[in-house]
Amino acid sequence: MERSLGKDITATLIVSALLIWLLPMMVATYTLTVLVIYGMLGLSLGLIWGFGGILCFGQAAFFGLGAYTYAIAAINFGESTVPMLLAVLVPLIFAAVLGALMFYGRLTDVYLGVITLVVTLILFKFVNSTAGPQYVIGNARLGGYNGIPGFQTLNVPGNPDAFIWGDPYFYFCAVTLVIVFLLVTWLLRSSFGRVAIGIRENETRMALMGYDVAARKTVLFAIGAAIAGLAGALFANWGEIVTPGLFSLGQSAEIIIWCIVGGLGTRLGPILGAAGLAYLKFMLGQQSLIDNTLITGLILVLFVLFLPKGLVPAVAALWKASFGRARRRPHARQRRKARHG
Amino acid sequence: MDLSFVIAVEVLYAVASLVLISAGLAVVFGMMKVINLAHGEFMMLGGYTTITAVGLGVNVFIAMLVIAPLVVGLIGLIVERLVIRHLYGRLVDTMLATWGLSLVFIGLATMIFGNTTTGISTPIPGFAVGNYQISGYNFFIIVVAVVLVIAMLAVLRGTRAGLIARGTMQRADMAAALGYSPDRIYMATFFCGSALSGLAGAVLAPLVGLVPTSGGAYIAKAFITVIAGGPSLIAGLLSSATSFGVVNQVFTFAISPVIGEVALLVAAVILLRLMPQGITGRFFKGKL
Repeated sequence: MERSLGKDITATLIVSALLIWLLPMMVATYTLTVLVIYGMLGLSLGLIWGFGGILCFGQAAFFGLGAYTYAIAAINFGESTVPMLLAVLVPLIFAAVLGALMFYGRLTDVYLGVITLVVTLILFKFVNSTAGPQYVIGNARLGGYNGIPGFQTLNVPGNPDAFIWGDPYFYFCAVTLVIVFLLVTWLLRSSFGRVAIGIRENETRMALMGYDVAARKTVLFAIGAAIAGLAGALFANWGEIVTPGLFSLGQSAEIIIWCIVGGLGTRLGPILGAAGLAYLKFMLGQQSLIDNTLITGLILVLFVLFLPKGLVPAVAALWKASFGRARRRPHARQRRKARHG
Repeated sequence: MDLSFVIAVEVLYAVASLVLISAGLAVVFGMMKVINLAHGEFMMLGGYTTITAVGLGVNVFIAMLVIAPLVVGLIGLIVERLVIRHLYGRLVDTMLATWGLSLVFIGLATMIFGNTTTGISTPIPGFAVGNYQISGYNFFIIVVAVVLVIAMLAVLRGTRAGLIARGTMQRADMAAALGYSPDRIYMATFFCGSALSGLAGAVLAPLVGLVPTSGGAYIAKAFITVIAGGPSLIAGLLSSATSFGVVNQVFTFAISPVIGEVALLVAAVILLRLMPQGITGRFFKGKL
């Protein structure tokens, strides 16, 4: 974090603009869109786990909640602007309540894992069992195992007939991701972000220094959930159907794997991990020789054993080791000059 | 009268199956502080082993009670040597690595057995109580669970091997100084834990249609039961299995099976919020 905020933002904007321009020439935008959405989902867990030290086994719960909120609200309102906002707000509030319940109870690592896992399971089981006609919210039938199809997809605000889909939808998602990324950058540079990192490193010390650890963890947890909810709403628009599978344990597992492989404690790692692994899965899905799950599992095991810090920190360290010296030398000379006058 | 008998049997059966599902995980977590998220897949492999063995003409009880635990125990041994022994003491890393292993096993089972439901019929016929039909196999599961708990208690308390294992889990360095190899003991304990998982999977196999992803149905329940049980191995297992089993069955009979499952999960959340160290973190302290 030694670079200045302005430089960071400029670099982000230039690189992302280049990527948004170049990538559609290599991969179909339909695939790219979902990679971008997964990247956002990865970023949401990367924020709370990598910077807040909160290992959430149920990030998929917020993802699914966002998607379902969007679908239900879109059916009821017949347009997409309010549902998008609701899809961020509902997971935010849900996570704030859940987080307060956990963090004021001073639950840590494993117990946190169990509770988030259990909450995801409850949602999964509940939504799965809502097949009957009595489960209705407004005009929207929850549909149980089959999910909710046929809702209004994203439209230009104020004009429900002007749908955003295909290539424009990819640009919309990509720009949203860049905005979220910049917001996360800003958050981590603010005093709130620094205190969050402090809590990750040593919770007792931060508590003794007078920070309200439980409140800060709750807020961070809720922000992560809001990002996951936004990703969920975007995913609902992309898939044009929401199913209980969004809440599944497999989905949660995948998010964790993305973060581990990409690298914890970095902003870029989870995004790259998510996009890379999702693309790999997409490619592997086209062959039938080796089972897909097997490879995902192997990747996770190998990374935990041999590269527990993930790809991005490893590559950054390699970069520093091979190119960093050239930059450090003039620096040392300057210091010497300064000392000797 | 008949109805209350049926309900009593169902509650006992729910508790017994929770004990069975969680026993392997309890040994591995309660003693070694390793959370094995591949536990459900060990059970799934136990089930497949049984079905394969029965298909080859082995007696179903031998397949369930002998072959499945041995095979799954050996798989556990390999896993411990290859992966888990490098991660002792790193709780979160073991959780992640074993989660990866569970995915690997699902993938392997899909490749070997295919993504279809297989099963065997229950070897014990049901019988009628008044107007109600009870599955005789439920009694078998209750008996197996009771025998299992007594056997675990006997081994841990009464034998030298159990004493050494418990001592090593408390102070590995001291055990090493007294001439025991903690490495070997960890290995043996993990073998026992995996074998118990295999046994549970095998015994429950006739009740469920087995698919490669069956493990997922068990792992959450087992995980919750063990964590809510807390540090004491057997007391924790029994107390949390009893509370969850009763809650589950009461709501199942009162409302519906789905609500029963949800009630179990809600009960777990409330319990952990009230007693973050598990039931035996507060009650029955220092018991086994």
